[in-house]
Amino acid sequence: MSEISAEQVAHLAHLARIELSPEEIESLTAELGSIVDNVAKVTEVATPDVPATSHPIPLVNVFRPDVVGETLTQEQALRGAPEHAEGRFKVSAILGEEQ
Amino acid sequence: MTTANDLIHLPAADLAERLSSGEVSSVEATQAHLDRIAAVDGDVHAYLHVAGDAALERAAEIDRLRAEGDAGLGPLAGVPVAIKDVLCTLDMPSTAGSRILEGWVPPYDATVVRKLREAHLIPLGKTNMDEFAMGSSTEHSAYGPTRNPWDLDRIPGGSGGGSAAAVAAFEAPFALGSDTGGSIRQPAAVTGSVGVKPTYGGVSRYGAIALASSLDQVGPVSRTVLDSALLHDVIGGHDPRDSTSIPDVWPSMADAARAGRRDGALKGMRIGVVKQLNGEGFQAGVTQRFTEALTLLEGAGAEIVEIDAPNFEYAIAAYYLILPAEASSNLAKFDSVRFGLRVNPPGGGTVEQVMSATREAGFGPEVKRRIILGTYALSAGYYDAYYGSAQKVRTLIQRDFDAAFGRVDVLVTPSAPTTAFRLGEKLDDPLAMYLNDLTTIPANLAGVPGIGLPIGLAPEDGLPVGIQFMAPARADARLYTVGAALEQILEDRWGGSLLSQAPELAVATAGGTN
Repeated sequence: MSEISAEQVAHLAHLARIELSPEEIESLTAELGSIVDNVAKVTEVATPDVPATSHPIPLVNVFRPDVVGETLTQEQALRGAPEHAEGRFKVSAILGEEQ
Repeated sequence: MTTANDLIHLPAADLAERLSSGEVSSVEATQAHLDRIAAVDGDVHAYLHVAGDAALERAAEIDRLRAEGDAGLGPLAGVPVAIKDVLCTLDMPSTAGSRILEGWVPPYDATVVRKLREAHLIPLGKTNMDEFAMGSSTEHSAYGPTRNPWDLDRIPGGSGGGSAAAVAAFEAPFALGSDTGGSIRQPAAVTGSVGVKPTYGGVSRYGAIALASSLDQVGPVSRTVLDSALLHDVIGGHDPRDSTSIPDVWPSMADAARAGRRDGALKGMRIGVVKQLNGEGFQAGVTQRFTEALTLLEGAGAEIVEIDAPNFEYAIAAYYLILPAEASSNLAKFDSVRFGLRVNPPGGGTVEQVMSATREAGFGPEVKRRIILGTYALSAGYYDAYYGSAQKVRTLIQRDFDAAFGRVDVLVTPSAPTTAFRLGEKLDDPLAMYLNDLTTIPANLAGVPGIGLPIGLAPEDGLPVGIQFMAPARADARLYTVGAALEQILEDRWGGSLLSQAPELAVATAGGTN
């Protein structure tokens, strides 16, 4: 059995910036435990002599000419934003009061 | 005289011919499909957005260009097409089936969408999908599931259940899909339609909302092998905007499909049956139709060889580490700042708290599950054991493919272990849901192309069964030849397409459903 705890799930949720409810943490703890138990079988064959593959079709040195290409206008870039002001994305405070 | 009913049942290739000869107009063809959507999509729910007037306007424009004798019109000019909602479209919302992107209209077209427009096709609308393409049933869509046209109580597969159901219900002649672990091929299997996952890098991913960047590939969904080939020819090729796009020049997939319909197309073709993806764990009717298909292939001159691919057994495990790892990173951009939903926690909060509240409200359970799993697989102390090992399995699976393709021209498996299951049946059991992609995942891990096409109905439930062929990377054309050859043999036996055996859908009228 894997050793995934509710505290661990809560920590992962914090790292992933998802405000999970206590019920979600409880169900995810059980689900992740059984998923991890099943996927852990990759370690059976992944011996040190096997190189890792990150991309199926290896390509190297993909460059384009260093010239200005088409870009979005400021208006286009901001159009989908939940809030914007003075040509910038607007967000709430970066730091909390205690900081 | 071609009736509206004929227009929706024609393969895209035939519709294109009638458009080109002037026998029918694009407005007529587009209107026929819009009418069909209005009539059946209340039940099927293949579409999240229907273009309506925009589609008719574009169709009228194509008709005008044709009337003026425009020599630049593409061979599919005026043919309607549906687009999976994972693809960015300038003029239609692009939600990837997620609440977090509800109503979002991108500031650019995906390259494949731009290519459809430049080839003068008519976008009909956006099709439903599991949220961010995570799922095998379309039940994880934030906007409600799509239903299988063969049985409305059953799933249409996923994640691209919307595109598959749209073509199977004659709501579009063909559609675009995306396939990360089977999201084109598995829906094709359970809806009796055709779908192709091209070689990784063969079709641009620019503007496809990324799930797992090293696995995702855009491809065609249709009712015939030739139609998928025609669509593949439109969307394929190098795109400088996708750094993983292969710079190769590709042969015509449509020519390859046509070659499959010639006598002797399968003669001498070496076809490998993957030992690990046959028999145990497969529904009896799936195995029966698969075995019959092998006999037909052999009868047409192909040589059937058994292939041992020992590491395929580890494919699902590797996939459910690599995919969540990449997804957790790709989905970090949904942060309530630049696009999509923003949810302010009660009493306000810092940008980080707003982000966390937004992602809690905007993501569904499967997306949260995979983001947390991916975050775990990538975290310090577990990275080497999980993500690192999964990447090594990827190498081993590629080696299995290399060894196999040293002996055979194509590999063959059932497209899915079962026929369409009932809505809700596997929704609360993620591991059971993950097993639906048993046969399709290896191709994504290795980047090789795969085609799925129907081979009959399972005797026990009367639902479609699909077969999958896989070819070496860059040999997509070979799949169209084999697929079209088998399709022709089967349709000669059936006396028509498998989909012509599908039950008639109830048609909604202004006064309700009759």
